[in-house]
Amino acid sequence: MLLKKSLSALLLGSALTATAAQAEVKIGVVTSSTGPIAMVGTSQKNSIPLLPASAGGETIRYISLDDSSDPTESVKAFKKLIDEEHVDAIIGPSGSANAMGVIQFAAESGTPMLAPVGSAAVVLPMTEQKKWVFKTTQNDDLIAKALVDDMAAKGIKTLGLIGTADPYGENWSLVVAKLCAAAGIKLTAVERFQRQDTSITGQSLKVLMANPDAVLIAAPGSSSVLPQTTLKDQGYQGQIYQTHGAALDPFLKLGGKAVEGTILAASLMLVIDEVADSPSKTIAADYMQRYNDKYGENPATFGANVYDAGLLLENAIPAALEKGTPGSAEFRNALRDALEQTNELAATQGVYSMTPEDHSGFDERGREMITVQDGSWKLLK
Amino acid sequence: MNFQIAVLLGQDGVTNGAIYALLALSILLVFTVTRILLIPLGEFVTYGALTMAAIQSGEPTALVWLLLALMLIDCALDLRLLVQNGFSAHRARWIGLKLGYAVLMCVLIQTLPLADIPMFAQVLLTLGLLVPLGPIIYRLFFQPIASASSLVLMIVSIAVHVAMVGIGLLLFGPEGARTQPFSDTGFSLGPVMLKSQTLWVILVSVALIVMLFIAFERTLYGKALRATAVNRMGARLMGISPVFAGKATFAMATFIGAMSGILIAPITTLYFDSGFIISLKGFVGAIIGGLVSYPLAAAGAVVVGLIEAFSMFWASSYKEIIVFTLIIPFLLWRSLTSHHVEEDEEE
Repeated sequence: MLLKKSLSALLLGSALTATAAQAEVKIGVVTSSTGPIAMVGTSQKNSIPLLPASAGGETIRYISLDDSSDPTESVKAFKKLIDEEHVDAIIGPSGSANAMGVIQFAAESGTPMLAPVGSAAVVLPMTEQKKWVFKTTQNDDLIAKALVDDMAAKGIKTLGLIGTADPYGENWSLVVAKLCAAAGIKLTAVERFQRQDTSITGQSLKVLMANPDAVLIAAPGSSSVLPQTTLKDQGYQGQIYQTHGAALDPFLKLGGKAVEGTILAASLMLVIDEVADSPSKTIAADYMQRYNDKYGENPATFGANVYDAGLLLENAIPAALEKGTPGSAEFRNALRDALEQTNELAATQGVYSMTPEDHSGFDERGREMITVQDGSWKLLK
Repeated sequence: MNFQIAVLLGQDGVTNGAIYALLALSILLVFTVTRILLIPLGEFVTYGALTMAAIQSGEPTALVWLLLALMLIDCALDLRLLVQNGFSAHRARWIGLKLGYAVLMCVLIQTLPLADIPMFAQVLLTLGLLVPLGPIIYRLFFQPIASASSLVLMIVSIAVHVAMVGIGLLLFGPEGARTQPFSDTGFSLGPVMLKSQTLWVILVSVALIVMLFIAFERTLYGKALRATAVNRMGARLMGISPVFAGKATFAMATFIGAMSGILIAPITTLYFDSGFIISLKGFVGAIIGGLVSYPLAAAGAVVVGLIEAFSMFWASSYKEIIVFTLIIPFLLWRSLTSHHVEEDEEE
């Protein structure tokens, strides 16, 4: 009985504090800092303390949850944030599959969701539910276009593709097939592998037999290294292209000499010292500096995707505050509208200009052509 | 498909097959002696590879703290026993020895110029860090429930596996790693280049298998383990300690697992969660051997490696499906031909 009483008193107390603190904007952040995609999630979780602390005169409180890379856990985390915490927006989750699973819950509750994930499927094709989703990464086709343009310029006629047997590799092979057909490049070999494979000899031999002018490897993170080292070991001489999935420092460390001369298109953060001055460069340099001060290492691009989500919200919150108070449905609605009207907002990854059709909002300022030279990233000239 | 490609794929298949064979033998060994399906075996492979990679890049690996922590828990349990059962100089000395070993490892890892010492010493250090984990894990998680049903043992085994994957992420981070090869030279065999690391893998695997064979055929301890595998109760009546048998097999399995990791780390990128798939393929090999026959298990594992290599050439998207579907006909065949003897469910 006593327990019950004190419990209800406690509940009452917490309800009171909740009302008192209602003025602040609550943002949920769901990352995968454990489990198979921890590589992506760790730098994202680390970036949360660097996110803007206030916007439009209101403090922003971030509530961070981990989904251990499990799509079911992502859904649970979203429901918790929406039903219990009554957040105004959610940044996350880290994985494409995780993001696909939570869209309907964000849409049903009318909570804007900023997904720092690779797959364009979260915002394309635009539907009634995906209206609530914004994506802070470059769409695959934007990066692929840059690569295929470079291939065409170099006079490459045939291309081999080695991709992972997951949504990342699948989407890339679709996008590349379309662009190559338009550019008159023939796809002569398309092979698949699993991230954890300990050997890619078979796939690599198959590609070698087709002997294409260039090979594109579409794999996220460190798994992009093994196909390339295997190809080099077997004596492949042509040009090797990588996607922005490889744009991580471990790629250089693991690949060593075998990745010299690789061409990829990715975020300007890799070659921050070389790119021409731009608003994005200033913001990215500042973010990298603060991250480095706090953790003693450079952030992976994934972290910057979460940081950009924070900047988008910071930009949209003042407009939304005019329409409603944080915690209300009007505020969330207004926040969504304001996010959709984002115009020419410079952030670490490029410049965002959202439209009702395009919830990713990048143009060619969101990518740089990069190559590997003497074991480090260099701007391709 | 020409001869050269067949040789390259065959080389790849035999290399992986040799590793799967080692793992199949460890799984079999642990299963027959303790009835535990050693699911965390794959984690010893990745721990071995990732520790080696950390040492080579000169980082004092955090694994040493895990060793120290587990050793402290182990010794605390020993101390409690000592208090309960009365003081014995032999046991007390043993506790001191174990603690001393863990502290020595900490000191070595913190002070040695890890990146610069010879590769052989790096391998020894990696094994020195990892092998004691096996018996401690047995002591902490399996010894108290040693007489539980196989199913309970397997569930605990899965729990240990999940915990070790999580700890692996904490210790080594989410990025993959690979290590320097033992030597850079290659050998040409006709038109085909053989990588020296491939030869290392095969040589060391064969050597380990031969050593296992000799140990089990010729030494008293090996015979004791074999006796335990044949009949646990009988062996116990003959004075063979089941605790000793459990710890010894776990030490051996850890050694083989870590060694496999060190062997393949220069050829491939390993992640903190790569171990499961690798040991699962060893498990397929062990199943082919019916979880009783060592030569059949080893042969089965090599077949798994070869099928894997050729299927990734012919149909890369379906490779895993082909490899794991393999287990079904063998299970069918075994359940049709072998007559079931349930010998250990009587407790």
